[in-house]
Amino acid sequence: MAGLHQSDFKNPVLNWFDSRMPILTMMQKEYGTFPTPKNFNYFWNFGALAMINLVIMIATGIFLAMNYTAHTSMAFDSVERIMRDVNYGWLLRYVHANGASMFFIVTYIHIFRALYYGSYKAPRELLFMLGVVILLLMMATAFMGYVLPWGQMSYWGATVITNLFSAIPVVGESIVTWLWGGFSVDNPTLNRFFSLHYLLPFMITGVVFLHIVALHITGSNNPLGIDVKTPQDTIPFHPYYTIKDSVGICVFLLVFAIVVFFAPNYMGHPDNYIPANPLSTPAEIVPEWYFLPFYAILRSVPSKLGGVSLMFGAIAVLFVLPWLDTSPVRSARFRPIYRQLIWVLVLALFVLGFVGAHRPEGIWVVLGRVATAYYFLHFLVLLPLLGKIEKPLPLPESISSPVLPRGPGGGGGPMPHGATAKPMEKI
Amino acid sequence: MRLALLALGAFLALPALVPTARAQVMDPEPLPKMRWSFDGPFGTFDRAAEQRGLQVWQEVCSNCHSMKEAYYRNLTGIGLSADQVKAFAAGITITGGATDDSGQPIDRPALPADHFRTPFANEKAARAANNGALPPDHSLIEKAREGGATYIAALLEGYRDPPAGMKMGDGMNYNIAFEGRQIAMAQPLHDGQVTYSDGTPATVEQMSRDVATFLTYMANPEMEQRKRMGVRIVLFLAGMTVVTYAVKRKIWSDVH
Amino acid sequence: MSITSSDAIPLAPGHAGDATTTKRDFLKLVAAAGAAIGVGAIVWPLVDSMNPAGDVLALSSVDVDLKSITEGMGITTVWRGKPIFVRHRTADEIKTVEAVPLNQLIEPASDQSRIKDGHAQWIILIGICTHLGCIPLGNKPTDPRGEWGGWFCPCHGSQYDVSGRVRHGPAPANLALPPYAFESDTKIKIG
Repeated sequence: MAGLHQSDFKNPVLNWFDSRMPILTMMQKEYGTFPTPKNFNYFWNFGALAMINLVIMIATGIFLAMNYTAHTSMAFDSVERIMRDVNYGWLLRYVHANGASMFFIVTYIHIFRALYYGSYKAPRELLFMLGVVILLLMMATAFMGYVLPWGQMSYWGATVITNLFSAIPVVGESIVTWLWGGFSVDNPTLNRFFSLHYLLPFMITGVVFLHIVALHITGSNNPLGIDVKTPQDTIPFHPYYTIKDSVGICVFLLVFAIVVFFAPNYMGHPDNYIPANPLSTPAEIVPEWYFLPFYAILRSVPSKLGGVSLMFGAIAVLFVLPWLDTSPVRSARFRPIYRQLIWVLVLALFVLGFVGAHRPEGIWVVLGRVATAYYFLHFLVLLPLLGKIEKPLPLPESISSPVLPRGPGGGGGPMPHGATAKPMEKI
Repeated sequence: MRLALLALGAFLALPALVPTARAQVMDPEPLPKMRWSFDGPFGTFDRAAEQRGLQVWQEVCSNCHSMKEAYYRNLTGIGLSADQVKAFAAGITITGGATDDSGQPIDRPALPADHFRTPFANEKAARAANNGALPPDHSLIEKAREGGATYIAALLEGYRDPPAGMKMGDGMNYNIAFEGRQIAMAQPLHDGQVTYSDGTPATVEQMSRDVATFLTYMANPEMEQRKRMGVRIVLFLAGMTVVTYAVKRKIWSDVH
Repeated sequence: MSITSSDAIPLAPGHAGDATTTKRDFLKLVAAAGAAIGVGAIVWPLVDSMNPAGDVLALSSVDVDLKSITEGMGITTVWRGKPIFVRHRTADEIKTVEAVPLNQLIEPASDQSRIKDGHAQWIILIGICTHLGCIPLGNKPTDPRGEWGGWFCPCHGSQYDVSGRVRHGPAPANLALPPYAFESDTKIKIG
């Protein structure tokens, strides 16, 4: 239906604009009055933090690209020129390099939040799957970005990771040659990685948008994991959660600044300050810390195809997680056994992280295998079983009266209809 | 948490059950603790040490090592004036950096805008002159080695006589700080190797620390500015956190 | 978002008294001012990174040897990526440009003011037309030099005399002078 939108804005300029393109009304609805459960804890900051982080990465990245040269003979020197001669170039690069680490810290906590409070369960399965897509895109972007400075770790990281695809039967070798644009990692590889590294963040932005669309259809989960029932359960997003997110943003920037200004190379590897040398592999090649658990899973199987499949499987399992978990209760607060197992999972991931940082010999192989086994056991066996054997604690009546047997008032809250509680489908 | 703790215990117990596979032969000695003026969030470079370090580097290291990413003009950062930099550069001859009217490369004195001179024309020439080993570039050596400045100083101070019975490679030297303890570089610094103009006695330890300070500056010329900015920004953000949290408390005061 | 916040969002029930409101408003003001300062501090390094970098600023002088430039000849050299015209003027040319009454010029300037004392035979100019940035012709003997014997811009027909002063539009101003100094009678340093 054509015609002007009836805008509520009093300011004539805003009203004129909003009547013709009601994005102000939309922002008001989605980020102003949007009814949000009132019992979020600070774990619910991490989505906003990831968003801020993405903006920081894109902004610094664009200005870095103005001074970077994607050519094997000049890439390393152009990065050093950024560090030494470009005004504030060192700041841009250190923010961008450490920003990648911050992005993964924030995102991993965001994912932990989703796992702990069961945010992946119906009706938020699609929301969760879009999040996993974002994680995959982030990993691809981070990997290709790490190649660009063309240091030793860049080069050998690119070589090892692209070689993973050679594990694919029959077509593997051709795929690797295609990825490289040659017969080894070389200038064509660097050039295309730069192009894709510039492209992918905008794809991430697109999927983030879809992630938020899906979130605003189902509404947010909350620490109790129960549905919103009355208007008393919610508060408008603004100013309550804009200010609460702002507190989180300040703390996040504080941590970020401490790393950037006082320990900018702490999370990096010294070898990447040595220019790439295709004829000499460094004694120990390790990926950036955020890939270590997956790297450990890759190495825990003494078979090329097996390791690669398991590594990709570790992410793929997240896609089907909403259907693996058979418990109707979302929040781990009311799931006595799951609340233990989720910490075992976290522990297993930390162990895998340490395993990934060490040469695969002796004890590290054993630890890696045990932790890998638990990772898959957790998702593929324990979660489906748990829904059947675990006795959940009694759930509170509503968000606004967690201790009372019956909440005040009745009627539907302002949440969309799909948010009503439903037992999970069994697989 | 109980289960998680149990699992943690199990993980910690595992190492006892599995024997360590690799014999630890000829790993370097762990780095000694050293204190540097540039340590910590308020650390700055010791200008006198940097300038002594430049002297050692120029008189000793630069004969084999390049510092490709650095320019002579960067020396203003260690406290030399523009004229001093010009004079320092003018004492160094750049080969092939310019051409005469007929297009033939000529030698000329370096300018502040020149990169540091590279001692060898190419990698082959460098290896030929150094018993097959390639002296690494020094522009980023502090960031490119685990341990940074401490490693550099420890390496320069780490030359010893090889233990009895150790088989050394041809032309190799025993050094307790180097991976594998055999290094191609002969001991570069000896007591009294240079004469410091400020009268500091030129012991091996003094020269090592000075040159490590200089190389740390060359790898991190932005460090002092970075830390100064960092202190201000961290204080600002800490203040903002407090204010924002106070606003949050106020706004949330009517939510029950 | 702050635009929509003040009037359109109803605050949750239980509005606090006046004193608290003032305190809250003051705190909000401090927080907002801090946020504005913070954003500014983040934006400045991004903007400043587009200014000339250290290595660009360092390459700021070139030497030119004048010996090989015969009378009536000009050469073009490069300084900071711009063409620099160096012309060896004849005695006749010098006499002509010195005699021009200043009121005949588009941008009045004496020839004296555009050369270095004692070196009247040398004119050194930034060879960029002040109209829209083309490089005028006239250094090579075969080039058209325009009606005033100096330079002729092929883009829109501006003409300059041998003092580099614009004599015929559309160019609005004389050719600019680079900073330079004579190191000896036969050598100059530009920049």
